[in-house]
Amino acid sequence: MTVKDLAKDEFFYGHKACAGCGGSLAVRNALKVIGKNAFAVLPAGCMSAVGFNFPQLCFANNAIISTFAGTASMLTGIEAGLRAKGITDFTAVGFAGDGGTADIGIQALSGAIDRGDNILYICYDNEAYMNTGIQKSGLTPFGAKTTTTLAGKNIHGNIRPKKNMFEIAAAHNIAYAATATIGYMEDFLTKVKKASGLKGTKYIHVIAPCPTGWGISVSDTVEIAREIVDCGLWYLAEYENGEFILNHNPKQFTDVAEYLKKQGRFRHLNNDDVDLIIRSRDEKWDKIRNNWKFGKD
Amino acid sequence: MAKKFLSGDEAFAEGVRLARPQVISAYPITPQTIVVERLSEMVENGSLKSEFIHVESEHSALSCAIGASAVGARAFTATSSQGLLYMAECLLYASGGRFPIVMMNANRSTALPWNIYGDQRDSISQLDSDWIQAYAENAQEGLDFALMSYYIAEHREVSTPFMVNLDGFVLTHTYETVDIPTQELADEYLPPYETDNRLDIENPKNLAFSAGPEHNYIFKYKEHRALLRAKKIIAEAEKHFAEIFGRKYTGLLETYQTEDAEYILITLGSIAGLCREIADFLRAKGKKIGVVRLRYLRPFPTEELVSAVKNAKAVGVLEKDISFGNEGTVFTNVNSALFQAGIGIPSYNFIGGLGGKNISHKDIEKIFDLIEKGAEHINFIEI
Repeated sequence: MTVKDLAKDEFFYGHKACAGCGGSLAVRNALKVIGKNAFAVLPAGCMSAVGFNFPQLCFANNAIISTFAGTASMLTGIEAGLRAKGITDFTAVGFAGDGGTADIGIQALSGAIDRGDNILYICYDNEAYMNTGIQKSGLTPFGAKTTTTLAGKNIHGNIRPKKNMFEIAAAHNIAYAATATIGYMEDFLTKVKKASGLKGTKYIHVIAPCPTGWGISVSDTVEIAREIVDCGLWYLAEYENGEFILNHNPKQFTDVAEYLKKQGRFRHLNNDDVDLIIRSRDEKWDKIRNNWKFGKD
Repeated sequence: MAKKFLSGDEAFAEGVRLARPQVISAYPITPQTIVVERLSEMVENGSLKSEFIHVESEHSALSCAIGASAVGARAFTATSSQGLLYMAECLLYASGGRFPIVMMNANRSTALPWNIYGDQRDSISQLDSDWIQAYAENAQEGLDFALMSYYIAEHREVSTPFMVNLDGFVLTHTYETVDIPTQELADEYLPPYETDNRLDIENPKNLAFSAGPEHNYIFKYKEHRALLRAKKIIAEAEKHFAEIFGRKYTGLLETYQTEDAEYILITLGSIAGLCREIADFLRAKGKKIGVVRLRYLRPFPTEELVSAVKNAKAVGVLEKDISFGNEGTVFTNVNSALFQAGIGIPSYNFIGGLGGKNISHKDIEKIFDLIEKGAEHINFIEI
């Protein structure tokens, strides 16, 4: 899957997402790959807030807002309903944010994976509740400043690491799971294409920076989404047939401090905080490199 | 038609089978569980062709049903008590989206204290969620509601979800002889669900959207109008039902000996039978009394109620519900209907059956006596 293969059709346009929005880029391009037979479910969150304002409805394909907790369960109903009506050529795809996935929606998602429902669930992760104005979610990384994890003298932002949704999904023995970032768009879209051709439950976790919440320039969204992989704080991987596969194994990481320094949400971190982040990165990579298979880079 | 000896839950499951739902989302909760067990058996033995989804919660049960209904599939789920409250957000979602899902609710008390027995505080707490709410008196009516509910909910002029309530244990677990219609007649009564309010590959739509202040109130007004229009469709559904199955129902409410009654007890659900029995007993002693059974709480039978009680000297409302700090909600609804019609007779509220407490012959006799002699505004009959 290369950019040249990408359809010219637009399925998500005329919406009011902020300039530089990573989430809207993920949704727009994923729908180009899935095509007009996508039945998209979006829970409460940024993408439903910007895309579904009657009478200005922004999806050219079938699309519906679910309850905040109900992305996966609504996908299940859509998939079962269409199948019961004898319709087979479609993709039931969810686009939920990090809070909608790792916090309030995790029960319904777990249920759907457990049942093996034939749905594609894409989590666009901007690492906080951005729609409500930057509050900590279960996917907010250690050290990040949000409006509910303040950076003060006593506490330096979020004190907990990011929940590991990719491996939580994999632990259900899911048909397919993958991590991605909009910074490596071709990798993301290749995974979307692959997942939409597979039966069973598919989960893709794509990093989608939010300039407002991350404290970056609106023109730096894609670059920072690339750098998070380059510095080793995120990784590109897949889980399939019971195995973890690392897709991209950087020979040398770029500077974590540089990555953090560019973002307003991390600017308060001191050297000890940064060292802690580097140590935890290295521990994770030791586990990955010792236990996962290496795919084609 | 075949006669079978069935519990209320089993009878209801038979009705659901005859309605041919395409998607069933099931999560167990006492005293509803037998419904989903029987439906599971029917799917297994092939007597029901339906996608049976083992959801992991009641929230997902209704969310899944909404998804199915949003692509134009006929959907069914069932719940009770805590489960109904856990899915409460989805109730409003289903009605706001105009998805005509049918759900059975086994009326059960709500925690705390924990209690699995029947009162009606669960469903009555959800009266404002824009669902049609019907209350069955026996297993046969439950089965018949299962068929009629789809007819009414899916009607183009209504397009509103439908909650059928059966008193926990008293109806759900009590065995009665029930007539089960043939599938052939059921199909004649209930055609497959057709709607434009669905996601469709040929004609893509965006559904369940946001609407700001400028448009929101119009959608809400339309919901209200549709629920009022349901009154007409309920009458149509019952007429059609009688033509095909030969069983007649009486619309939004059922009256008993109200024509010349001076004192009338208004109630709902399974307790109505006992109330009628006591009415007979007291009438034999010369008391002019009658009973009104509300079959529907939404839409509320305003005109029918006024017409039934307008010549009475006093009325009482017996309900298994209390809106804490005020009065029983059914009582509030009844009083509003009487007040708007300019009927200024005394009315008394009798709260009973909470947490499944038995309401006895003696309790009902005492209630009729109090209606005649005058009572407190609110009377907890067991205290």
